[in-house]
Amino acid sequence: MARTLSMKDAINEALDQEMGRDPTVVVLGEDIVGGTGSPGEDDAWGGAMGVTKGLIHKHPGQLIDTPLSESAYIGAAIGAATCGLRPVAELMFVDFMGVCLDQIFNQAAKFRYMFGGKAETPVVIRATCGAGFRAAAQHSQMLTPIFTHIPGLKVVCPSNAYDTKGLLIQSIRDNDPVIFLEHKNLYDRETDVPEESYAIPFGEASIAREGTDVTIVTYGMMVPYSLEASETLKREGIDVEVIDLRTLSPIDLDTVFESVEMTGRLVCVDEANPRCSIASDVAAAVAQEAFGSLKGPVAMVTAPHAPVPFSSALEDLYIPSPERIADGVRQTMGERSS
Amino acid sequence: MSGRIVPILMPKWGLSMKQGTLSSWLVEEGSEISPGDEIMDVETDKIANALEATDGGLLRKRVGMAGETYPVRALLGVLAPPSVPDSEIDAYVASFTAPVVEEADDEEPVRLFLDLPVGRIRYAERPGDGIPVLLVHGFGGDLDNWLFNIDALAEAGSVVALDLPGHGQSVKSVAAPSLTTMTDAVIGLMDSLGVARAHLVGHSMGGLVAGRIGIDRPDRVASITLIAAAGLGEEINGAYLDGFVSASSRRDLKPALAHLFADQGLVNRSMVEDVLKYKRLDGVGAFLEALRGTLFPGDRQATDIADDLAGIGCPCHAIWGAEDAIIPAAHAGAVEGATVIDGAGHMVQMEKAAEVNRLILSWTSS
Repeated sequence: MARTLSMKDAINEALDQEMGRDPTVVVLGEDIVGGTGSPGEDDAWGGAMGVTKGLIHKHPGQLIDTPLSESAYIGAAIGAATCGLRPVAELMFVDFMGVCLDQIFNQAAKFRYMFGGKAETPVVIRATCGAGFRAAAQHSQMLTPIFTHIPGLKVVCPSNAYDTKGLLIQSIRDNDPVIFLEHKNLYDRETDVPEESYAIPFGEASIAREGTDVTIVTYGMMVPYSLEASETLKREGIDVEVIDLRTLSPIDLDTVFESVEMTGRLVCVDEANPRCSIASDVAAAVAQEAFGSLKGPVAMVTAPHAPVPFSSALEDLYIPSPERIADGVRQTMGERSS
Repeated sequence: MSGRIVPILMPKWGLSMKQGTLSSWLVEEGSEISPGDEIMDVETDKIANALEATDGGLLRKRVGMAGETYPVRALLGVLAPPSVPDSEIDAYVASFTAPVVEEADDEEPVRLFLDLPVGRIRYAERPGDGIPVLLVHGFGGDLDNWLFNIDALAEAGSVVALDLPGHGQSVKSVAAPSLTTMTDAVIGLMDSLGVARAHLVGHSMGGLVAGRIGIDRPDRVASITLIAAAGLGEEINGAYLDGFVSASSRRDLKPALAHLFADQGLVNRSMVEDVLKYKRLDGVGAFLEALRGTLFPGDRQATDIADDLAGIGCPCHAIWGAEDAIIPAAHAGAVEGATVIDGAGHMVQMEKAAEVNRLILSWTSS
């Protein structure tokens, strides 16, 4: 019987199975155990979003609650990784990366390179990302481009529960630092997820929808939005292909080029701010490598170059919507926006 | 109402199919249809295929529209002799719609698991009368390889299909997998289900499994049907096996899967994704490599059961696709009276499902 699981439960299952498979896998973060040593399950939070709930009972000794100091425990996780553990550190919001950035981009990302390939840093840093949670400017950002910019980091941002489980398992088994970003608004969405363990290799995009007229390249929350836009456009006779990049570093540009060579039209959809983004990166790569295939200008549908607003009305306008994505597609088809 | 009116319904190809798109009609209203004629192209999210008529008759009305999507078991057309007045056909169409959806649930094959010595085995069972038909898939396959067969065969009686060890949703950690691992699992499943004898139908490596059981345990077998079976000759497409076993990406796997079909357009994204999802499971890569090494080292088959099969007591039949690119159709010659079907490749039970189903039923329902 097909079993469905939410993205949140898929993360829990991936951590559970990997901790069971390999005792060097440890999970650390703020309140991920919650009330360790106190009586009763009620206090066992399982992290800010409840993702790690119940794991302490299955793997006592492999989960650690940390002090409220991101710089300390992210540094500890990276250090532990260099000494033989496979830590998975949970950061409540990617927005808090600022205080531990030195450890990530100037230390972990550089070790393999600076030690001539002799040092490995198998650490995973998980964090929630994205807007739409009414959590204001400091808890809603889509900071994928910042990490994708740094050589030495791998960056993952899945769009569904199946990919989440397989990519998180791959992240844990990978010998390099991985930034694993989970969109809060995807947490409760369910897909079919096998009970067995499986790993999805990095650097292979998924074709979320096949189409022949226009290529949308996107990731994360924008995948379901792009699929929704594609259904609207189908009724207008526009057949859209949706490519879910899944991993932003490494990035699967071959799949993008192949699709654009077929469709001749490209829309880059990115929830991040537009400057130096995944959208601009893909647009530039296609302009360099597949310019001859393009039948018209590339369109970008992104958030504006502004912080995420707290006002719910403004936040809704800020996030690229299925309607705006559909408009972007119509633009590349040479039609006026509706 | 009249038993003379026969409906054409949206088929249900596999457990997950809820609806299908009628891509195009291949026959006109007023034409005479014979069983097995291709009457329309149907596309699902898993596969596109021509729907072959199960009944013959005069196509009086095309109810389904090309390009539209319909739920499983929706009425798409009506067959009736000329003597039935149009008004009766219109009344039949008008009164048809209601029972459609409820029926679909009842008919879903039940998928279950059993714990055997080898580990957990998934199987599907369709209850019915008589000696069950037991479907055994091939190397790297699973019980969904019988997508187009299980429903049709179940109309005549009991059907069981399984995922062999290392395959589908069955146990993946199998030490030193061999032909015996597979035959033990089939016999173990029969024992657990209380099936004393079965009509064994095996595809490819599953044919080798079925044949081996027929030779070793004739008491458990009522008949054997070998479809594009291994074990009847030496040649096998080693390049396909290399490609299938080593592929870990969509880009590598798709060309390998194309070898399986005469019509390579049948290999769509969703089929490739489903195979990738299987291949990504922990343990599958090592399992397939080990099993391939035992049964099909290089580009040859290690086991030939043709001579032993010739002497068994129960009826033995064979079906092959003429354009089989994995195991040559010439191997069908090892079984007397084998049927070679034109326009089909290795997955002949999918590509020419109606014909294969008719043949199997003619051998098992007597």
